[in-house]
Amino acid sequence: MTLNVARIPRNTARHLTQYRDDWHHLAEHQEGYMSGFDAHHDLRRAAWEEFERIGFPVHRRDNELWKYTDLRQIDRIGFRFGDWDTQVDLARIAELVPMPEEWSNLVFINGSLEHNSGNAPLTRIQACDWVGKLADYRSNGFVSLATAFMRIRGGSYLQFDRAREYAEPVHIIHVIDGSVGGPIVDNPRIAVEMGDSSRATLIESYVSLSEDVHMTLPVVEIKLGEGAELTHYRYQYNSENSYHFATTRVLQEASSNYRSTSFSVGSDIGRNDVFTHLIGEYAESILHGVYLATNQQHQDNEISTTHAAPHCTSDQYYKGILSGQSRAVFSGKITVERGAQKTDANQKDLNLLLSHGAEVDTKPSLEIYADDVKCGHGATAGYVDEDTLFYLQSRGVDYDTAQAMLIRGFAAEILDEYEDQILREFLEGKLDELMPALQETSDTIGTA
Amino acid sequence: MTTQDRLTISRESKLEDAGYKWGFSTDVEMELAPKGLDEDIVQLISSKKNEPEWLLEWRLKAFEYWSKLHSEDSEPRWAKLRYPQIDYQDIYYYAAPKSLDDAPKSLDEVDPEMLETFDKLGIPLHERERLAGVAVDAVFDSVSVATTYADQLEERGIIFCSFTEAVQNHPELVKKYLGSVVPYTDNFFAALNSAVFSDGSFAYVPPGVRCPIELMTYFRINTEGSGQFERTLIVADEGAYVSYLEGCTAPIRRTSQLHAAVVELVALDRGEIKYSTIQNWYPGTKDGEGGVYNFVTKRGMTGNDAKISWTQVETGSAITWKYPSVILRGDNSVGEFYSVALTNNYQQADTGTKMIHIGKNTKSTIVSKGISAGHGENTYRGGVRILPRAENATNHTQCDSLLVGDQCGAHTVPYIEVRNPTARLEHEASTSKVSDEQLFYLMSRGISEEDAHHMIITGWSRDVIKELPFEFALEAGQLLKVSLEGAVG
Repeated sequence: MTLNVARIPRNTARHLTQYRDDWHHLAEHQEGYMSGFDAHHDLRRAAWEEFERIGFPVHRRDNELWKYTDLRQIDRIGFRFGDWDTQVDLARIAELVPMPEEWSNLVFINGSLEHNSGNAPLTRIQACDWVGKLADYRSNGFVSLATAFMRIRGGSYLQFDRAREYAEPVHIIHVIDGSVGGPIVDNPRIAVEMGDSSRATLIESYVSLSEDVHMTLPVVEIKLGEGAELTHYRYQYNSENSYHFATTRVLQEASSNYRSTSFSVGSDIGRNDVFTHLIGEYAESILHGVYLATNQQHQDNEISTTHAAPHCTSDQYYKGILSGQSRAVFSGKITVERGAQKTDANQKDLNLLLSHGAEVDTKPSLEIYADDVKCGHGATAGYVDEDTLFYLQSRGVDYDTAQAMLIRGFAAEILDEYEDQILREFLEGKLDELMPALQETSDTIGTA
Repeated sequence: MTTQDRLTISRESKLEDAGYKWGFSTDVEMELAPKGLDEDIVQLISSKKNEPEWLLEWRLKAFEYWSKLHSEDSEPRWAKLRYPQIDYQDIYYYAAPKSLDDAPKSLDEVDPEMLETFDKLGIPLHERERLAGVAVDAVFDSVSVATTYADQLEERGIIFCSFTEAVQNHPELVKKYLGSVVPYTDNFFAALNSAVFSDGSFAYVPPGVRCPIELMTYFRINTEGSGQFERTLIVADEGAYVSYLEGCTAPIRRTSQLHAAVVELVALDRGEIKYSTIQNWYPGTKDGEGGVYNFVTKRGMTGNDAKISWTQVETGSAITWKYPSVILRGDNSVGEFYSVALTNNYQQADTGTKMIHIGKNTKSTIVSKGISAGHGENTYRGGVRILPRAENATNHTQCDSLLVGDQCGAHTVPYIEVRNPTARLEHEASTSKVSDEQLFYLMSRGISEEDAHHMIITGWSRDVIKELPFEFALEAGQLLKVSLEGAVG
């Protein structure tokens, strides 16, 4: 298999000088740069050079990973990286995300940490010599750009001690305020190291304060030691003019347990790229999520798990709700390597398609090199069940209410899994808030 | 090197593979065009066949397009297949039995060596065997050598003949439908085929006629270093029905042979075509040496209320790249795909289907069974696309994989693209191995381990095998058994 020779897309090339200036400015203002103590300088430079070479993955021909996602509009915009003067208004942020006192809330605005309540086990990036090892900056232009502009003060580097249970969820909130200039980019870096047998809950939230065009490029790297357990929630509700490309890489040792649930509703083009790597026996990886899209939105889920050790379990389960002219992509992959016997892997993607303009492209794939395994996958797409709609109407429920009930019920299967009650109720509320927009752009099918 | 020399070499290598009983080669005098591909070869093939100007032009356009793809290095590489770069200049594009230079008028004029070949293969070409009830068009290397039953079919207005004859005798039909489902711009291998195809089968069933017997084409590659590029075109006119069978074998050769065929099916309004394949090209040795590279484009298009059904049993070839598809253009039309693909030793298969729903109330069913053994790699790659206008389209897909041994691979890559909310789509897949409990049960009843495996695998493939015409179903069961030899026990 030969790959196409990478070439930088024409439009990105036009903006390259600006990106390069921003990059030099940032690199030279990092702590330790002058004295040569910036441990991550080489990584940043290599990532920058990679971006100069490949640009954004605009060319989709023969590029399976970006087959269904058109990035030409992003390529045309010249984004800016920098330090922005930003107003902090916590009360306003609290309207957008739950910030209960019993959580450790870390609030980042345009990339810098502005508020830290609680006892999140933060450490300095210098302590994380493995940063950049899981999320390869060569994977695509977004990861290379995010890595090139990685800041010392802009990330969350968490170290959970071994054999300890952290009751307080760590909530990392990235707020982007595009009104300060731009179009700006926020490239949150999160690195989590879970000691053996540690137990914690991590919540990531991404919200926007303005409707201006902006882009968020989170790169999250998580290492789970033996027997470690992490519950990971992800909430993405950036404004509809924004772009969101998230990359999550998880490495799991024996008997570790990673449970992730995502809720993606925002942005014009949003992509959630998750890869979990099971390298120890009896590890478990659960990746669940709901994605919603209306109007012209595009939600892309690139979900992949590799079983590299025997006796592991994995479960991918995603549900999509689409109306208007929106489009969603689910590209799931389970790889069972040679020798990973007794694997139990499942993969499912179910979609509600509510309008004629909407489109879903789903590709649940399996790649299996071991014979003693149990692997299954499934996918469905269609409108809310007409018989059920009819039944509800025959009991006096009007069409809209019945349709809303069925949409809510569809999402509930995933939302009910949220163990954290505050978060669950918050998301259920969000879904209700979004319901009119979903229903207005949906078609009436059956008897109204 | 003369033909005779080559055949001697192949005779020697034949001894190495006792498992493939179709591996003998035939000493028939062959006429070969020089190796390599250029415009002259395309012209030569066309003139050998005495083709009309429009067909030559079409071939040349296809050649030009293929050359462009080839120079851009646009050979498709997305399939999960590994094989060395194919040298397209090291292939004979035209190999024909010499005795056929002045086409045989009847079976009596067919080279006896060749008749014997088809006899050995169990393909009835002789008059006396016409009782078998299947009309056969036998294609030896690139040329159709005999077609049986043609006269009886003609009485009903059914045309069944070699492609070359069709071009001469029914140019209006060929011109109308050739390239209408698979244009030469479709893909790399379809372009290559369009430029150099040498023969194949043509069938036309007139409106309202139900073809009373199965039509069959038997393909055989004989000459070493030759590519086989046949082209099949089947048209079921309004309300017509035809069931068509295709079988293939090749002798054992050390070097790999290229096979790039195109099959086009046209089912007009209320027409129905049932197309069954048993693909048993030479799979290569146990160590993965030689074998046929099978790159095939098969596609059908439906009118209103029409139906196209593909059934395939794929046990042969070193490399299989094949996606029999249906474009469901007419309202209420139906597409089906039933497949068993088996890879043993070092065989690789990347196969599946594409169902493109354009018309309203269209329905498609996909049942795919992949069996991997030895070091085999088996990939199901399928596409289901529901276009915006396709109201109430439904698809059901079931693809199951079975792994025999821990050195093989089984992969599933479905692409599901839905652009209409009234569509109903379900896709399910599972991967498993032969269950120890079932094996134990059968063995405790005195059945050998190998037979027990075979019984379980045949049973597991039943949903597909039962779609085959009866004689073919028996052969398919045997083939699965032979192909799996050495993989268990």
